[in-house]
Amino acid sequence: MKHRTFFWFFLPTGLAMLLFIALPIVSVVIQSVYAPHEAVLKTVENCTPLVGCTTETTIDQDATRDIREAQPLGRFVGLDIYLDRGHLAVTEVGEAWAASASMGGFIDRLFNLPLYRALAFTLTFTFIVTPLLIVFGLMIALAVNSLHSRLKGLMIFFSLLPMIVTPLIGSLILFWMVDSRGVIGSALVALAGDPDFSMKASTGLTWIMLIVYGVWHSAPFAFVVFYAGLQTLPQDQIEAAQIDGATRWQQIKYVVVPHLMPLVTFVALIQLMDNFRVFEPVVGFNASAHATSLSWIIFNDLGGETRQLSAASATSVLTIIGVAILLSPVLVRTWRDFKGK
Amino acid sequence: MASKAQRMPLGLRILTYGFVFVWFILAAFPFFWTFWGSFKVELDFFSIADWTNALTGERTKAAYDSAFTGAAYHGAWVQEEFWRNVINTFIVCFFVVCTSLTIGTLGGYALSRSSFRYTFWLLITALIFRAMPPITLVAGYLLPFFEWNVWGILPTTIIVLVAINQPFTLWMLHSFFQNIPKELDESAKVDGCTQFQAFRHVIVPVMWPGVITTGLFSFLLAYNDFAVTAMLLSESNRTMVPAIAAFLGTTYTEGNVMFAVAAVVSATAPLFILVMFFQRQIVSGLTAGAVKG
Repeated sequence: MKHRTFFWFFLPTGLAMLLFIALPIVSVVIQSVYAPHEAVLKTVENCTPLVGCTTETTIDQDATRDIREAQPLGRFVGLDIYLDRGHLAVTEVGEAWAASASMGGFIDRLFNLPLYRALAFTLTFTFIVTPLLIVFGLMIALAVNSLHSRLKGLMIFFSLLPMIVTPLIGSLILFWMVDSRGVIGSALVALAGDPDFSMKASTGLTWIMLIVYGVWHSAPFAFVVFYAGLQTLPQDQIEAAQIDGATRWQQIKYVVVPHLMPLVTFVALIQLMDNFRVFEPVVGFNASAHATSLSWIIFNDLGGETRQLSAASATSVLTIIGVAILLSPVLVRTWRDFKGK
Repeated sequence: MASKAQRMPLGLRILTYGFVFVWFILAAFPFFWTFWGSFKVELDFFSIADWTNALTGERTKAAYDSAFTGAAYHGAWVQEEFWRNVINTFIVCFFVVCTSLTIGTLGGYALSRSSFRYTFWLLITALIFRAMPPITLVAGYLLPFFEWNVWGILPTTIIVLVAINQPFTLWMLHSFFQNIPKELDESAKVDGCTQFQAFRHVIVPVMWPGVITTGLFSFLLAYNDFAVTAMLLSESNRTMVPAIAAFLGTTYTEGNVMFAVAAVVSATAPLFILVMFFQRQIVSGLTAGAVKG
């Protein structure tokens, strides 16, 4: 295809991505180094006869509005926002390092800082949910594959539901059941033998709840991909393994899993990216007291009456850097594939 | 047909069936439970006294003389005007799917037919864009949208969702078009067609399976989005998902939670129907990316 033809074919989609993905990234980066203007103060001296003169400092509304309109971006502050308490908190981390005797104490202090707390949950969620959902998805795929063919279709239908359903809605549905008055919640209360038992009460339980949701939501994806992979499993290799006396477990370990390995990599990479953006469950489970994620911090800064664009932008840039680090193995792999062609 | 050597021993078979059954309950039960409970009053749905109330509907009987009531649906759809959000959602989804398929098809076709190096870099850029959480872009939209006075309306959100959709659409359609033999449109070009005519008359008639699959995923992305729609739509233009989140924001007074439950069930129903009719396309779409790597 000629360059010219390619250009016209690609123009609409390229323009859409340039205007609404590439430019916003630039805009986010710029906003993250600007802070909102501070209010302009003016000092007025009021002199009344007999009483004397008092000076009073007030906000000059007109001047403040003028400067805000003249420079809507705000004032340039460099990397200050990145380093403040809400983000990388360099000073606070330094103090915590100096003040705490042990590593545990340091980590405790670190988790009082919003960004590190969110980062801890986001990374824990990502790196626990992803392997769990792969193992669980593989187990479902192996089990469903051995079923009668009519049942297979039915199982695939119901298995797709947790994945297809809107994440916020899915987490709400589970949240209402896990609520201490819901059906699973009251069962847990009965099991724990403690009438005040609640999954929302402690950080650990909240994290477990969110991780269970994460596996429930994403395991169907792994299942569907692995199930499709199992359909292309070469039967002669299985038969050869059987003739060699391999047990069922050995067949899975040495024939099935290696056959599915490229798919495992694929699922792992996709799910790492998707779990890193965990956000809706935190809202749905109303869990922000115990678990916040990077995306949730951005959302929280942007919402409400005061839209803290600069703070949200700085967190966005840090999140994008995190995604880039996670994505680097994929990029390297794609590059190798491309070179190999 | 499974050979005798492959037939499972009884214990393993029971274990397998047990596991499948447990997964079936895990996957399906929450939906049935919430659907069943949406026809009850809140005191039954969150059974404080006895969990069997949720099944029998004791309090619902006391309040409405019947074990089932549509009060929650009436409250959500009529009192809270959820139908407006439903209409908004379908407007957004319709235009997002149409627009992103139109421009995505052209782009994906071009990427699959050009052998220059820049197609690789464009695909890599799209992959990076696909990996970024959409919420990270929202901070970049707000200031310009406020300045131009286009914040809060549906068209802005539609365009943004189309753009966010493009990377995925391009990858999917690119790999799909690569499976359509190049000889088809090349022979059309030999016969004197321009590239666009070749696309229009030769490729378009055979591309529908891939386009429908991609369209399903575009629809799901637009339908399921919360971060972008919650941030970019004003209160009167909300789609379903941010509206449900707003139901929760209002105090948990009696009845209000049931409005949210009814709204959740209403929003799940179209997805249920979608999976029922397009199960095969969804499965093939999920695996297409995997097989292609």
